[in-house]
Amino acid sequence: MTDTTSVPIEILAEEMYQLVADCAGKKNLKPGDLTKEMIAKHGPACSKDDCKKALRILIDSSRCVYSYLGGTYIQLPPKPGSEI
Amino acid sequence: MANDSGEKPETKMLDELEKGPWPSFVKEIKSAGQTSASAQDLLRQLELSYQEKKGHWKHGGLVGVLGYGGGVIGRYSDAGDQFPKVAQFHTLRVNQPAGWFYTSDAIRTLCDIWERHGSGLTNMHGSTGDLILLGTGTAELEPTFQELAQAGFDLGGSGSAFRTPSCCVGMARCEWACYDAMKLCYDLTMAYQDEMHRPPFPYKFKVKCAACPNDCVAAIARADLSIIGTWKDEIQVDESAVNEYASAGLNLQKDVCDLCPSKCMAWDGHKLSIENHECVRCMHCINVMPKALRPGKERGAVIMIGGKAPIMQGALLSSVLVPFVPAEELMDTLKELIRRIWDFWDEYGNNRERVGELIQRVGLPVFLDGIGLDPVPEMVSAPRDNPYIYFQVAKDGEK
Ligand code: HEM
Ligand code: HEM
Ligand code: SF4
Ligand code: SF4
Repeated sequence: MTDTTSVPIEILAEEMYQLVADCAGKKNLKPGDLTKEMIAKHGPACSKDDCKKALRILIDSSRCVYSYLGGTYIQLPPKPGSEI
Repeated sequence: MANDSGEKPETKMLDELEKGPWPSFVKEIKSAGQTSASAQDLLRQLELSYQEKKGHWKHGGLVGVLGYGGGVIGRYSDAGDQFPKVAQFHTLRVNQPAGWFYTSDAIRTLCDIWERHGSGLTNMHGSTGDLILLGTGTAELEPTFQELAQAGFDLGGSGSAFRTPSCCVGMARCEWACYDAMKLCYDLTMAYQDEMHRPPFPYKFKVKCAACPNDCVAAIARADLSIIGTWKDEIQVDESAVNEYASAGLNLQKDVCDLCPSKCMAWDGHKLSIENHECVRCMHCINVMPKALRPGKERGAVIMIGGKAPIMQGALLSSVLVPFVPAEELMDTLKELIRRIWDFWDEYGNNRERVGELIQRVGLPVFLDGIGLDPVPEMVSAPRDNPYIYFQVAKDGEK
């Protein structure tokens, strides 16, 4: 987006990654939780669509993975050797 | 995969399921076992389960191939040391073609891919509608996906995603189709690729398209959003064909008129009359006399919301959301409606709450308000079912 007031996608991705990392082992976050958290933090400077793109950066770079625990969650990649 | 375990599996209890004249999954897995070692271990583990009356599958964790948040259901054995070939036994959901039409070439290609990379066992098709490839190890997922993609196939949805839409055979084979369900299903699939492969929702969201009220895909009971073909004008009647049915011995009074749920048909021995404004488009009379009756000419679909099977909370049947949309306006109407429904559900839906459960929790009036629809009488499933919806005659000057 060209709008100068919006938060860059890369920053959003980084902040989302921090959230996932901080919550690892404590709380499972859904994609929607990350989006809501970012919008709460940045208000109109970030949109749902920006958050979607940010999440995609995290997934495509394998810094985060999708995981299924009854529903879909975002987690850090499993450590090598661990099975589930 | 070659059979490298030597001995044939001992399956005393499973063998019982081969007896009798009906098809047997045991027979099929044994047949796959001639070339697939994992199919053999599957039999061994299943036999153990039958003996112990105890399941040995764990699931969860892994969900897809690189970049995808769905399409693979992770499945592991808790007896992997005894049955190493099924220690990892993941399922792939492959997006089926609309209406499940394949060339035999396409099926051969799929089966060849699956014999190279998995157990060779398939399920044509799963209750989701997808073509199901049953059983492979984690390392085989990417190579399988690459080959499927080369052959023109993609994975379907799983998890909290827009699930692979499915439809009846519609206009391809059925004279009752009131809109082109296969085209709509395909268009919806292509429109929501992102929501299918990258699950963004509180829980799953299923869309099914049936081209007439017979609802051969059981959309009304299974889909969060059902698109069910119907007509607005009058049932088309061929009177001479009606009389042919009568002279061939059909009891029109007992088998047609008396079974009409809205009792809007009458037969005087010569002429069948239908009070079309009372007809609820149930298809009964048309199903009984297909040569004499057919749906009207003004065709389209009713859009319904909120169906689901009994996981989490109980089962729900769908309720009417939009009573009639002309066939040619369906895709545009749906796109707008789906966007509004997803926004509302995203905002207010609890974790693992289907949209039908959300509507029950907040109430239909709140939901309708949230998505910007006015209530109409067709939304009421039974009179006075909900004392909080009131209908008032619009005053002058109001819409
Ligand atoms: C001969 C005596 C009565 C008759 C024939 C009668 C009949 C009715 C009918 C036909 C309804 C409408 C039901 C519906 O819309 O589903 C109704 C509703 C109601 N009646 Fe009566 N009723 C009688 C006495 C009473 C009495 C004595 C009371 C209270 C002390 C009462 C309280 C109510 C209430 C609270 C409603 C509900 C209104 C609503 O929620 O829409 N009724 N009654
Ligand atoms: C604090 C006292 C009361 C409260 C808070 C109350 C509340 C309610 C509510 C919320 C409903 C609607 C229920 C529904 O739609 O499913 C209802 C219905 C009704 N109430 Fe009460 N009520 C009270 C006392 C009474 C009394 C004393 C009577 C009769 C003597 C009565 C008779 C009825 C009747 C007949 C209905 C009929 C509902 C229908 O079928 O439409 N209520 N009441
Ligand atoms: S739902 Fe209706 S149109 Fe579709 S296949 Fe069944 S009978 Fe035919
Ligand atoms: S479609 Fe159903 S409700 Fe309509 S006239 Fe026929 S039997 Fe009656």
